[in-house]
Amino acid sequence: MGNFAANEGLSIFVILVWLGINAFLFVHFYMAFLVDRYYYTRVILGHALSWARAPAACLNFNCMLILLPVCRNLLSFLRGSIQCCSRTAARQLDRNLTFHKLVAYMIALHTAIHIIAHLFNFERFMDSQLMINNSHLPYVLSQIGKNDNRSYLNPIRTNETSQTIVMFTTIAGLTGVVITLALILIITSSMEVIRRSYFEVFWFTHHLFIVFFIGLVAHGIGRIVRGQTVESIIVHDPKKCHSKFETWGQSGTDCPKPDFAGNPPMTWKWVVGPMFLYVCERLVRFYRSQQKVVITKVVMHPSKTLELQMKKKGFKMEVGQYVFMQCPSISQLEWHPFTLTSAPEEDHLSVHIRIVGDWTQALYTACGGDKTVVLDAWTLPKLAVDGPFGTASEDVFRYEVVMLVGAGIGVTPFASVLKSVWYKHVQENKNVFTKKIYFYWLCPETQAFEWFADLLQSLERQMTEKDMRDFLSYNIYLTRWKDAEAAHFRVQYEAENDPITGLKQKTRYGKPNWDNEFSAIATQHPGSKVGVFLCGPTALAKALGKQCISHTESGTEFIFNKENF
Amino acid sequence: MGKIEWAMWANEQALAAGLIYATGGIVGVAGQFRGWQFAAFGIAAGVFVCLLEYPRSKRGKGTSVERTGQYCFTVCVNAFGPLTRNYYVRAFLHAALCVPGGFMLATVLGCVCLGIASLIYLSAAIHGEHWEPILPRTEPPKRVGDSIKEPPQNPPPRPPPELRRKKADKLETAAYDNPMSVTVNE
Repeated sequence: MGNFAANEGLSIFVILVWLGINAFLFVHFYMAFLVDRYYYTRVILGHALSWARAPAACLNFNCMLILLPVCRNLLSFLRGSIQCCSRTAARQLDRNLTFHKLVAYMIALHTAIHIIAHLFNFERFMDSQLMINNSHLPYVLSQIGKNDNRSYLNPIRTNETSQTIVMFTTIAGLTGVVITLALILIITSSMEVIRRSYFEVFWFTHHLFIVFFIGLVAHGIGRIVRGQTVESIIVHDPKKCHSKFETWGQSGTDCPKPDFAGNPPMTWKWVVGPMFLYVCERLVRFYRSQQKVVITKVVMHPSKTLELQMKKKGFKMEVGQYVFMQCPSISQLEWHPFTLTSAPEEDHLSVHIRIVGDWTQALYTACGGDKTVVLDAWTLPKLAVDGPFGTASEDVFRYEVVMLVGAGIGVTPFASVLKSVWYKHVQENKNVFTKKIYFYWLCPETQAFEWFADLLQSLERQMTEKDMRDFLSYNIYLTRWKDAEAAHFRVQYEAENDPITGLKQKTRYGKPNWDNEFSAIATQHPGSKVGVFLCGPTALAKALGKQCISHTESGTEFIFNKENF
Repeated sequence: MGKIEWAMWANEQALAAGLIYATGGIVGVAGQFRGWQFAAFGIAAGVFVCLLEYPRSKRGKGTSVERTGQYCFTVCVNAFGPLTRNYYVRAFLHAALCVPGGFMLATVLGCVCLGIASLIYLSAAIHGEHWEPILPRTEPPKRVGDSIKEPPQNPPPRPPPELRRKKADKLETAAYDNPMSVTVNE
């Protein structure tokens, strides 16, 4: 349990507060419809009225929240401002997508409760129109307002219709159907299988949220939830008059006919703020994407990795940030995220892109990947870059001791970190807070080493020159090998430089023993906070997360940070 | 990312539609609404659609992810041969099943969702997709060594222990632990 509070405490607190607000709104609005104003409404509907209104309030709250975690630029800005005060709070903003999904599930749940309650409501409204008998209070109530169509209680105005027809001819009913359909389509196309395999379907269908929000705001315009007006309550007390319904309005009684009116729509008050913020967010993204980006260098690396070096005026970044890139000549609508592999101290920005799908393959061809002649600069495709957006790696230099773990292509944010380390020390920057970096790279094939190995080699050289060999301790693990390669390694085991990387530090084979690694680091740096940064698969994240929580020897605290794409 | 296999999305949509259809039907029957017979049909149709759609199809390209416990459903669905493999049949079936739902408010949502799923399946069928069962590969199970004397299948590439004995003064630079302890005067 050692580091559990440090790693998870704030998340659990946020979730509990959010659930608490949901519960409070539910109960509060449930009770709000048990007052006298809705006495006659409840005569027809019973408690189904409250069961429909309570989730409606929760829906207002959650629909307000759902847009906020996906305002990337706003979150980056907040992250930058909070970082000076609290590292923990800044880390919390990394979990924005998880929160977005939780809120989405809550919206789905409340929608279900709301719809089921309204099914009962519609049925009971219809029933009370159909029981044509003046000695039934529900029927008498349903006849009120027949003449002026203003002061009525029952939104189903005649008995010659059906609920289905009424649903499709009232604003509330029609918008309700439309937004529920939009919600269902959004949810089914957001399932992990679809999202991971066909991102475009997920992304385009998700834009149905525009339909969702328009319908949501319009949902209450018809004022279909009706209660007694304030003026009517003064002269007609439901508790005293409900049994005398056969003589309402007749001279001599003190019970005039009650008047009803609908509640004004409330949803817009909840969602207008976040909708405005989101519109600003999209405008910022659009503006940034219009800025000119020039490709200055294209490098093809083995194992299907493409490196692009670009220049963009006024572009500033921190270590480990990522950008979204778009190539209009390939696709007008697709934006894809890539980690920046350049350091803030360099004059260009670079990304290393693995060629895995249609878009990356097209980019490779457009940049002349399959041609052997040198291309002129003006023939290279135009690109748009949005960002940079901050992720966990920004925090690397805020820890005294740091563990960086990258699996395969996940090493890219750390390329940026290591380059920045080199530049900082070259510039004799003694204010660097970080004293020691442990770097682990898990890789399934040797060819992927090439571009990164060059970086490590130059770092190794620089550190030896500056007598700083203790600063960076790196371990490269080869997790898969062929028999033919194995024979070569066996022969070369005594060579001074590693046969694969050419580095002095030997490559290890298999997977690291994390227990040993964590224990060794904990004993070496007692009492300090160690930042653990991972960019890799979920299984590894789980393993490392567990290690962070369980290793507390010598008072060392391991704080776990994971990149999420 | 590859071209879209519409059937995968149709499958998710149909499964959700089946659940919604069945839930609407349960509400209609439990609340004894007018037209509860349509609701009862909704329950039956919804459950049937869920059972039919639960087993995921094998993907044309890429790895298929099974749903938990779908194997017995796969076997049942596979037993119907071309009736379940062909997506035109499924599209038509879903369209037919959804129609009675439109007659009662509680099942209208299930009706529309199932109708949309039917349209996506139609699109899948036009693109030439069909349902393939995910069956476990029948390869002989890896024999676990009877004793630990059997060598591991893919050991790290190291020379045999006798050659690996690092001299005592070179212990710090070794990338691995000594298989046997060494002393300085070796």
